[in-house]
Amino acid sequence: MSKIIKLKKGFDINLAGKAEKRIADSPQPETFAIKPPNFIGMTRPKLLVAEGDNVKAGTPVLYDKMKESVMYCAPVSGEIVEIKRGAKRRILEIKILADKEIEFESFPTHNVSDITNLSREDAQEIMLKGGVWPNIIQRPYGIVADENDSPKAIFISTFDSHPLAADNAYALKGQEEAFQAGVNILRKFTEGKIHLNHDSDAEVSTTFANVENVQDNKFSGPHPSGNVGIQIHHIDPINKGDLVWTVSPFGVAQIGKLFLGGKYDASKRIALTGSEVKSPQYYETYIGASITKMVADNVKQDHVRYISGNVLTGEKIEADGYINFYDSSVTVIPEGDYEEAFGWILPSKKKLSFHRAFGLLSFMNSSKKEYVIDTNTHGEKRAFVMTGAFERVVPMDIYFDYLFKAIMSEDFDNMEALGIYEVIEEDVALCEFIDVSKHDLQDILREGLTLIQTS
Amino acid sequence: MKFVQNAFDKIKPHFEKGGKWEKFHPIYEGHRTLFFAPKFVTGNRGVQIRDGIDLKRMMMTVIIAMVPCLLFGIWNVGHQYYLATGTEAAFLDKVAIGAMKVVPIIAVSYAVGLLTEFTICVIRQHDVNEGFLVTGMLIPLVVPPTIPLWQVGLATFFAVVIGKEVFGGTGMNILNVALTARAFLYFAYPSQISGEIWTYLGDKATVDGYSGATSLALAVEASNEGVAVADKLAQTNTVLGGDFFSISNMFMGLIPGSIGETSTLAALIGGIILIATGVGSWKIIVSVFGGAFLTGMLMNAVAVNTYMEMDPMYHMVIGGLAFGAVFMATDPVSAAQTERGKWIYGFMIGALTIIIRVLNPAYPEGIMLAILFMNVFAPLIDYYVVQANKKRRLARATV
Repeated sequence: MSKIIKLKKGFDINLAGKAEKRIADSPQPETFAIKPPNFIGMTRPKLLVAEGDNVKAGTPVLYDKMKESVMYCAPVSGEIVEIKRGAKRRILEIKILADKEIEFESFPTHNVSDITNLSREDAQEIMLKGGVWPNIIQRPYGIVADENDSPKAIFISTFDSHPLAADNAYALKGQEEAFQAGVNILRKFTEGKIHLNHDSDAEVSTTFANVENVQDNKFSGPHPSGNVGIQIHHIDPINKGDLVWTVSPFGVAQIGKLFLGGKYDASKRIALTGSEVKSPQYYETYIGASITKMVADNVKQDHVRYISGNVLTGEKIEADGYINFYDSSVTVIPEGDYEEAFGWILPSKKKLSFHRAFGLLSFMNSSKKEYVIDTNTHGEKRAFVMTGAFERVVPMDIYFDYLFKAIMSEDFDNMEALGIYEVIEEDVALCEFIDVSKHDLQDILREGLTLIQTS
Repeated sequence: MKFVQNAFDKIKPHFEKGGKWEKFHPIYEGHRTLFFAPKFVTGNRGVQIRDGIDLKRMMMTVIIAMVPCLLFGIWNVGHQYYLATGTEAAFLDKVAIGAMKVVPIIAVSYAVGLLTEFTICVIRQHDVNEGFLVTGMLIPLVVPPTIPLWQVGLATFFAVVIGKEVFGGTGMNILNVALTARAFLYFAYPSQISGEIWTYLGDKATVDGYSGATSLALAVEASNEGVAVADKLAQTNTVLGGDFFSISNMFMGLIPGSIGETSTLAALIGGIILIATGVGSWKIIVSVFGGAFLTGMLMNAVAVNTYMEMDPMYHMVIGGLAFGAVFMATDPVSAAQTERGKWIYGFMIGALTIIIRVLNPAYPEGIMLAILFMNVFAPLIDYYVVQANKKRRLARATV
């Protein structure tokens, strides 16, 4: 029996521009890119290719000097056209000009019983070489997992509660077999359970409905109920010394496909969303796709921000930028670089707010109302004023005000004692959104995690 | 608004790096953002959208909540003036007298406070924080109408510098800033803030038999004389008609006292605004009243004098309990910050207020000292609440 965990705290941000469930009739992007900065904790990326080389889908192009076993592979076949570097020659993007027909590196294929009989070591070897290992994220720290570890449990959240997030059920439609194969492979890595967490407010899609070898759990409540970190906190919290792994549903299916089909299959359904998109819908493309063609003639105005991912945890990219490795959506919202006369006091129902301070009337709107929100910060950075609001928006038994203060004063003992191991950026994104003092809390948290990790 | 924007744009170069008034950039920025919400946008990473709230709006909400107290206070200063001098007067006359006394106090408080803030911002080169907007209004409401203006200025200066800026500015102070000003006056100039100074009389004489004492002072007197407090209150100012100190009059605030504190009703309206907007913690407000009432009942149970025997209902409406509970105790910076801590913090404020009122002969009103005392203890309360959280986490790890 699956248990239902009801979460009350949280806040849903209902934005305009939800992607319609249809695949756009659009040509594939010409270029794709792998971006080393997408992989948190990768300190010394080393290239395995040079400009002008030809690669197949699944050809390793990159690894981390600090962790040489994990290969990062090309999502498509083609020619390496540019290696873009930033300050201190840091590698930012490895761009691939894609072939018309994708060619794949070939890996051994397995049928269902092969997968069951495969040893952990063999499976591990294939995953590391085959480019799917980076799908496995380790908590604490939210970094790519170490293959020598045995986590106490593995967590998979089947739903994404972020604003305008892609619908996993739709994005992975028809991939039941691959998903089950992925779960069976992951099964080899832990003595503990594999938790498959569903949204109890929606019908469980066929992709995730009858998965074997997992413990089903259901969660209800507003965002961040879909965040795997919140789910872990309520099922089997991370204590000091604990190690758990998390994998996205896409990652699980991709692992399955590597074993079933013998190829690194980077095809991915991406949701193009946001109030400024003319026709928000899904695109059938590959990891690291350029958004140039998706957004060309498809945005309502020029002054917009393109975001890889969602509005809470995403990253700004250019109109000819590339989607980040882990993201499955692109959001386009208006830029907000305007001054608003007396904007700090005029009453408004259009400004979405978790708070109800004078004039913030959005709480009177129906919960179905869709908002158009721009990138304006609605105020300046100020000293921390502790209001206790963070605790009302994250359903975790953690005092975030105190945790952030411990991080800022580099107080290692308190960071640990206050629960830093249980959270990564996405878990505090709502705190950052509602923060009266407009601090960059996700950055602060990452600083703390890095401090602890490297100490 | 375009012309205002243009005017700001025109002088902007002077305040930027290399401009002749470069040092005064915080002041320029402070004024510009008063007219226009800034055009800042979110960064490349992290949240791409932000909530509509900011500190200015939060502070303004508190000021709006204080308006009932302020307006009532202005009227009441005039009302008390005409009562004490035995003259019939129209509503507007009362307001005029009140405004004449109160507006200069507000002006001095803001002028001195903002000047001090701006100076420190320029010295430290940080943005002007909005905290003083609230403090600047709170200070006039907790002083008597007869206070000399220079004392208001001095107290404000002291509170901003010693109460707040030495700790690092808004958000860092330990004590409530407005109460620091009040406490400064109380201890530095006791003769101007105690005794029969609560009613503005101008140069007129009072009517015969008028007493300008506050209900708190009368309660102490009653206790010393061994008469019931209710009787003492009923016998006072009978010349102005009976029931001058009836519960309903005291609830409405038709009594002498600090400018904004007398009316429990006005404070409660403010409290409702703060609770509805979520800016003030309802837990603190409720627990202050609860703590005061229960302690009042406890006093009844072990009463050895008439003040201790007083019906706890009186405690709710006399003195500045309501005003303090709503506007001072809820200050998010100096209050307890954990939800559990807020219950304890509020309850202790209420309890201490009554203990100081009833058991301490030196200070007629207890709310000021109770809040300041609990401000100091709030971090300790939070410490134990947070410690309990850490213990829960540790306990979980070992099982």
